[in-house]
Amino acid sequence: MELSFKIEGGNFSGAGSASSEVKRTLKQLDVDASQIKRIVIALYEAEINVVAHAFGGKIEVKISADKVFARIQDQGPGIADISKAMQEGYSTASSKVREMGFGAGMGLPNIKSNVDVFDIQSVVNEGTVLEMTFYLS
Amino acid sequence: MLLKDIIEKLELKVLNLANQDIDVKDAYASDLLSDVMGKAKTGQIWVTLQTHKNVSAICSLKDLAAVIIIGNGKPDDDMLEHAKLEDVCVLSTAESCFDICGKLYGLIKSEV
Repeated sequence: MELSFKIEGGNFSGAGSASSEVKRTLKQLDVDASQIKRIVIALYEAEINVVAHAFGGKIEVKISADKVFARIQDQGPGIADISKAMQEGYSTASSKVREMGFGAGMGLPNIKSNVDVFDIQSVVNEGTVLEMTFYLS
Repeated sequence: MLLKDIIEKLELKVLNLANQDIDVKDAYASDLLSDVMGKAKTGQIWVTLQTHKNVSAICSLKDLAAVIIIGNGKPDDDMLEHAKLEDVCVLSTAESCFDICGKLYGLIKSEV
């Protein structure tokens, strides 16, 4: 099964809607609750990253019997130093984003600790592509 | 302790009622949303000063029992709308984070 969603940069009010839709679908497919939990954490953080940092992007999710694959692609400033962005506590978020309780530098580390395969590619001033795979067995 | 008993004993203001028969055994206090997303557990009460729509989104995604907004904070209209749609229990209190967490701890942990 394949799902795809558009994400609007800066629209915090719409953030989380893709993650809820994926959660509902996985529940309907009877995927184990502990698997759903980690998929939802990673997907929500990825969604928030696009909303907080990029102009816009899309999420594609492929669900098969043994794994869930998600690809999040955005158009935005990109990440100049990925190894820094992976460090807990490092963030380039604006003060507005921080006031909302985001931008604590926990997003990418949260994602990494919940996925089985993690790949991030970024080009400055173009955008970022994040790929995540979750094995279900 | 059942959520409805916690609401009564702590005199919490109910902004959207849901999950009132859930047996609550734990809570999590934080204003950083990624912290809650990463560490809060299903069935917990979340104590925070944040009042925007992502709070109810996280409650729903994480299957939290309820959120308590401290210091008489008022949730944004779109947060309440989302909470009603997704059956998220939204509560508020005039108390500080420290005071409400202390009382909540006394209630819940005295049962364990």
